[in-house]
Amino acid sequence: MKVGVIGVQGDVEEHVVAMRRALAAFGLHGEVVSIRRSGIVPSCDALVIPGGESTTLSRLMLKEGIFPEVLEAAERDVPILGTCAGMVLLAKEGNEEVAKTGQKLLGLIDAKVERNAFGRQRESFEVALSIPAFGPEPFNAVFIRAPCYVSVGAGVEVLAKLEAEKTLKITKRECIVAARQENVVAVAFHPELTNDLRLHRYFLSLI
Amino acid sequence: MELSRLRHGTELLKRGFAKMQKGGVIMDVTRAEQAIIAEQAGAVAVMALQAVPADIRASGGVARMADPAKIVEIIEAVTIPVMAKCRIGHYTEAKILEALGVDMIDESEVLTPADTYFHVDKRDFTVPFVCGARSLGEAVRRIWEGAAMIRTKGEAGTGDVAEAIRHMRLMNEAIAIVTKLDDDALMDVARRYAEPYKRLAEEVRAELGMPLTEDTPVFREYTLLEVAEGLFEVLKEIKELGRLPVVNFAAGGVATPADAARMMSLGADGVFVGSGIFKSENPEKMAKAIVEAVNNYDRPEVLAEVSKGLGEPMRGLEARKLLEKEMLQVRGW
Repeated sequence: MKVGVIGVQGDVEEHVVAMRRALAAFGLHGEVVSIRRSGIVPSCDALVIPGGESTTLSRLMLKEGIFPEVLEAAERDVPILGTCAGMVLLAKEGNEEVAKTGQKLLGLIDAKVERNAFGRQRESFEVALSIPAFGPEPFNAVFIRAPCYVSVGAGVEVLAKLEAEKTLKITKRECIVAARQENVVAVAFHPELTNDLRLHRYFLSLI
Repeated sequence: MELSRLRHGTELLKRGFAKMQKGGVIMDVTRAEQAIIAEQAGAVAVMALQAVPADIRASGGVARMADPAKIVEIIEAVTIPVMAKCRIGHYTEAKILEALGVDMIDESEVLTPADTYFHVDKRDFTVPFVCGARSLGEAVRRIWEGAAMIRTKGEAGTGDVAEAIRHMRLMNEAIAIVTKLDDDALMDVARRYAEPYKRLAEEVRAELGMPLTEDTPVFREYTLLEVAEGLFEVLKEIKELGRLPVVNFAAGGVATPADAARMMSLGADGVFVGSGIFKSENPEKMAKAIVEAVNNYDRPEVLAEVSKGLGEPMRGLEARKLLEKEMLQVRGW
């Protein structure tokens, strides 16, 4: 098995290390590679799009020819996990922030994404998040200038959301922070920065 | 969900923010239009400034935090993170930048230092800090004070990469040695690294004719031994990881795609480009080329391609010919 982490920018090493730890923990044999150019995605059995700046990621993935390879892999049902910036790129539609920068989205999840949904870095937060699909124990979710999905299509399974609240920036409506459409999984937080491997277990079971 | 359960400003969030910048280029900008050019070129963040370091160097005088109106103008112009600089030790400038919603504060030697005794205690802030370092000692002190990211000081505003390379080499060499030390030797290094914290306490007591005793607080409530113990913990982390426990960028003189790629090959996690972009003949092209050079730092054929026809880079100054009093890197400790 070969897991590829898109490595053009972002917390790539953290994802590589977390994925290697997950493979070892679940007794799976395989390699984890970082991908900075075209030609490697087609040989991968699963792909990860890391956290970073989605504008930079999108631009470099296009420039290096990785962007169409990911779309092609999705057509072959290769499981794809996107975290934070990765969640932005997986969405079909963006809010005005996405439109303003003209960044291209992969559009693999039928969802509308809002970039920087919770505010700036000072509003970034950690929270014990309930993700029913992972069991009753909450997930220590790290949100860093995180996005969220504000609406999803009928074919999208919502795995976790933050309920509407009266204060902070989480006012508007419910914020979908983990979602799945067939073999594509998007989360707004950073499982690669904590030691909880349940999201990796869930994702690897799709292969 | 109860809002009280949201935790802000944790170490994980601060260091995590810096990790999201890895493999990226952070560009100095002085206007909204420049910020937009940087964002379009693929910058991971912009540094909002009153003037770029080359102009600060040329104009002289006291360099201070940028006008908040300018910072807000830049924050509103782009969707990527916006950083801004405060003077070394200027706690209040830093608090103002935090209040403005700046995503990361650079406690920077490019501005005129405000406190000759201490750097800001960065643990008092919700937003993360990046700090310059010329050596492992400076990096360890800043990390203990709460910096979530380190960058080489280099020699800002010169367009001469030699000092950035020198500082990266000094740090790498020291880390290689530290990874082989046992705890006793590591504690000796920590005690040595703690020395500069006692200058204020020592100076005042010398004037009063009093000795500096072991239980004298030297930096806030910390005694010299407690500072050393804190630095020891940072050193232990460095020993285990074989690298700094926070993201380490290159800065101070990076002016071309080749400079940026050279810094990446020396182990930098990313680069800051100050005057190098908007002091060049074609900023838009230069910005894009440096972004691509960072991603392809180990592919000379790509570097050759992106380096073609960029026009004149910034004019530059040979850093080694500067007098010590003209150097920005000697500011801070």
